[in-house]
Amino acid sequence: MSWGFLRDLLSGVNKYSTGIGRIWVAVVFIFRLLVYIVAAENIWKYEHDEFECNIKQPGCENVCFDHFFPVSHIRLWALQLIMVSTPSLLVVFHVAYRENREKQHNQKLYKSPGEIDGGLLCTYLISLILKTGFEIVFLVLFYKLYNGFEVPRLVKCDIRPCPNTVDCYISKPTEKMIFLYFLVATSCLCIVLNLSELSYLIFKYSIKCYLKRYIKKHQ
Amino acid sequence: MDWGALHTILGGVNKHSTSIGKIWLTVLFIFRIMILVVAAERVWGDEQDDFVCNTLQPGCKNVCYDTFFPISHIRLWALQLIFVSTPALLVAMHVAYRRHEKKRQFRKGDQKCEYKDIEEIRRQRFRIEGSLWWTYTSSIFFRLLFEAVFMYAFYFMYDGFQMPRLMKCNAWPCPNTVDCFVSRPTEKTVFTIFMIAVSSICILLNVAELCYLLTKFFLRRSKKAGNPKHHPNHENKEETKQNEMNELISDSCQNAVIGFSS
Repeated sequence: MSWGFLRDLLSGVNKYSTGIGRIWVAVVFIFRLLVYIVAAENIWKYEHDEFECNIKQPGCENVCFDHFFPVSHIRLWALQLIMVSTPSLLVVFHVAYRENREKQHNQKLYKSPGEIDGGLLCTYLISLILKTGFEIVFLVLFYKLYNGFEVPRLVKCDIRPCPNTVDCYISKPTEKMIFLYFLVATSCLCIVLNLSELSYLIFKYSIKCYLKRYIKKHQ
Repeated sequence: MDWGALHTILGGVNKHSTSIGKIWLTVLFIFRIMILVVAAERVWGDEQDDFVCNTLQPGCKNVCYDTFFPISHIRLWALQLIFVSTPALLVAMHVAYRRHEKKRQFRKGDQKCEYKDIEEIRRQRFRIEGSLWWTYTSSIFFRLLFEAVFMYAFYFMYDGFQMPRLMKCNAWPCPNTVDCFVSRPTEKTVFTIFMIAVSSICILLNVAELCYLLTKFFLRRSKKAGNPKHHPNHENKEETKQNEMNELISDSCQNAVIGFSS
């Protein structure tokens, strides 16, 4: 079980997405998942070993690291990727439910089980809202936990058992900051794509509804 | 999810590329991605552990390392490769959109549609003309732009392409100017020059492809003005054979990349 599993799941979602949805899948695969695996993971790999405090007091480094990094950036990033990809599964489940229903009743109930209309449209819109919601929640969480998206070189720590205020140095702060900004930029891009898809679908189906009513009126 | 997956995504674009485009893709996967994965990552693997400063002051090493390497060479190359591969997706999306339109025409039972079944539409190779020409040319232009930007960023950040053995650092909390020694500087210089050389080759290939496409465009325009008749079928058979050969080569490359990266 690894990221390949998520990749296979999302490839299934691609089939039932709109054009903008497919661009979103491509952005998530290439600019978020691939960058995470080939670059970002290695930067944070030895973050605890390389975190150094100007003190010999045993336990002080551990306590300070735990205070400044309650959840590591890289784990938050991974959680964000998983949470943001999962709402798309709602659409896959709904399509599977439709196909199952057609099989059970042994007749064609829908024009095409994968066509985005009726109940599937609601599911699709809900999945878009959830995706956007999760993106925003994680960005706010990052901002609140780490006081912005900056990674300082030096943090001052005075928690027991550190005997006084001690200087602690974070490893590779500039590289971590660059990749955090990259994460924020791709998150914002995905939020923009989700909102455009939402507006596009609402607009398309309102026009369809309006035209249907207009034709009925004049018949 | 790794470089092998990127190869799968881009492999589909290979069918619709020019010959120079196919050479570019092969160079990208063999001389850049594969070298990055099997060699360069090992050379830079211990870069911070073996970065040694002549001081016992805690924190000095971390701060000096961060001053001299704001972003590691290996990460910069990985980002460069990702950005340079991505414009090809524009072409893949355009081809997918065209296929989708042709399938829709076929399902509607359009008389003008010349395909016998859906499989033929799926397997068909589109010629690079019309709007696909513009998409393809834009993708080459963006590739060139990204290559140039990353090479400049590299040169600017590291003051050239050579890795020095010794760096002098006096950032706080280092008590005075301290000597810091980089691990494996010569090996890193060799790989840096190799990657830069292959980047330059890729830039030349892209420029050549751009010139080829522009020449083809202007020749076709002048031909159309002179003689509207041409024979597509004969050209397609030869191109199909070339495509099959290229797919065999790229499949064996894909297996090699997946084997090395796993």
